[in-house]
Amino acid sequence: MNASSLLARPLDGLAALGRAALDLCRTAGAVTLFALEAISHAVRPPFHPRLFLRAFIEVAYFSLPVVGLTAVFTGMVLALQSYSGFSRFGAEGAVANVVVISITRELGPVLAGLMVSGRIGAAFAAEIGTMRVTDQIDALTTLSTDPVKYLVTPRLLAATLAMPLLVLVADVLGVMGGYLIATLKLGFSGPTYLKSTLDFLQAIDVVSGLAKAAVFGFIVALMGTWCGYTSRGGAQGVGGATTTAVVSSSILILALDYVLTEVFFAR
Amino acid sequence: MSGTVPKIRLRGLRKAFGSKQVLDGVDLDVMPGSSMVILGGSGSGKSVTIKCILGLITPDSGTVEIDGRDVLSMSAREREAVLDRTGMLFQNGALFDSLPVWENVCFKLLAQKRITRAQARDKAAEALADVGLDAAVGDLSPAELSGGMQKRVALARAIASEPDIIFFDEPTTGLDPIMGAVIDGLIVDCVQRLGATAVTITHDMASARRIGDTAAMIHHGRIVWTGPAETLGETGNPLVDQFARGEREGPIAMELRR
Repeated sequence: MNASSLLARPLDGLAALGRAALDLCRTAGAVTLFALEAISHAVRPPFHPRLFLRAFIEVAYFSLPVVGLTAVFTGMVLALQSYSGFSRFGAEGAVANVVVISITRELGPVLAGLMVSGRIGAAFAAEIGTMRVTDQIDALTTLSTDPVKYLVTPRLLAATLAMPLLVLVADVLGVMGGYLIATLKLGFSGPTYLKSTLDFLQAIDVVSGLAKAAVFGFIVALMGTWCGYTSRGGAQGVGGATTTAVVSSSILILALDYVLTEVFFAR
Repeated sequence: MSGTVPKIRLRGLRKAFGSKQVLDGVDLDVMPGSSMVILGGSGSGKSVTIKCILGLITPDSGTVEIDGRDVLSMSAREREAVLDRTGMLFQNGALFDSLPVWENVCFKLLAQKRITRAQARDKAAEALADVGLDAAVGDLSPAELSGGMQKRVALARAIASEPDIIFFDEPTTGLDPIMGAVIDGLIVDCVQRLGATAVTITHDMASARRIGDTAAMIHHGRIVWTGPAETLGETGNPLVDQFARGEREGPIAMELRR
């Protein structure tokens, strides 16, 4: 092995890293342009209220069971865990406060976002991806219809507006889950638990959670539609697009959760 | 044929995907009111040519003229106006499975707000009748139809807006010979009734002879022959004659062996 080939190996690694970074930048730019195009269609006629309504019902109504169950059980677990932890230093009284602040600020929007990502993001990617590989998207263009306006914009708007509603329900159900465990299992008084919850809760807790929900809804719909829209190569391509949509939107939700928490609560 | 300006004129159309040069200088004229059949082996660039004309793929170079105007240099709005006058039958139908058949058929008319949803049902029934389907089919989902019925619905969708130019991408692929002949007959009837210009790509020689009055052969991304469709198989061009007769031996097979 000569000196030049020894030198080539680390350079190869560096080149691969550079290519990956460039790919990431290229994809981020393409997704941003795609999002801007879809948003621009929201204010330019023709509009597709029927499609918006269908997507809204799909996100808001049909996701309700999975998001609701997640919120109830999370509230229950949170009450149990915080009680067992806080009882070590006699702070059991803080259970209601911990439950409500955790649910409204973090767990409600994040868990709802992840659940909707698995349900709606995957469905958007699979449906649009199948349309791509069966020429239905090209057919839209030949039928005087802009595919982004028809397929992407209604879904983006619907998910962005439906997620805060879902999270509002999740907040109530999460607190209810904590309340049930606290009163039925841990011996808390019902009125005292509720009073403690309401006294501690501030508007910013709920508002920040709803703002996060809107952003997460946008991200889920954006990644779902983008991955579907750019999918290639038949069934395998659609499967890959679905996986990528769920994984990328989940990671973005967790990363943006940190950023938004900094924006709302960093001092 | 009428008029001297071709309805569609392609000059020097080139398109590469990565290192693969799919179109390598396609020159083609399609005269108004004519029915042109484009022949060629798999991967020879037939579908890419049609997609370039329709603006679904942007060529690397060359010109696409419709009625003497270069569509590639038009603004998006002007190009949309040109595309509004075209119809396309996709190889697999490409029906929207989230919509019932009647909405598929009248999709373009509804998108252009030329009719209301109530009128669209009647219009769809008429268009379905034109392709030999009962009005009751309009309420079905595309997934409930057989392959032949899907092709007929796709044909009804392509002609419902009464376009000037209609493209057919392998209209008889996957159909039995009788259904293939039925679809060909419907295509000929519809094109003649509308007075439209038709461009069909196909591997099916029987279909090519039935549908086309002129034919062109694309090979290695170039048009290597154009002539009357009725002479297919006896053109004197070894590439075309071998392809039309489906013979193993000949210049195309020899190239495959290398």
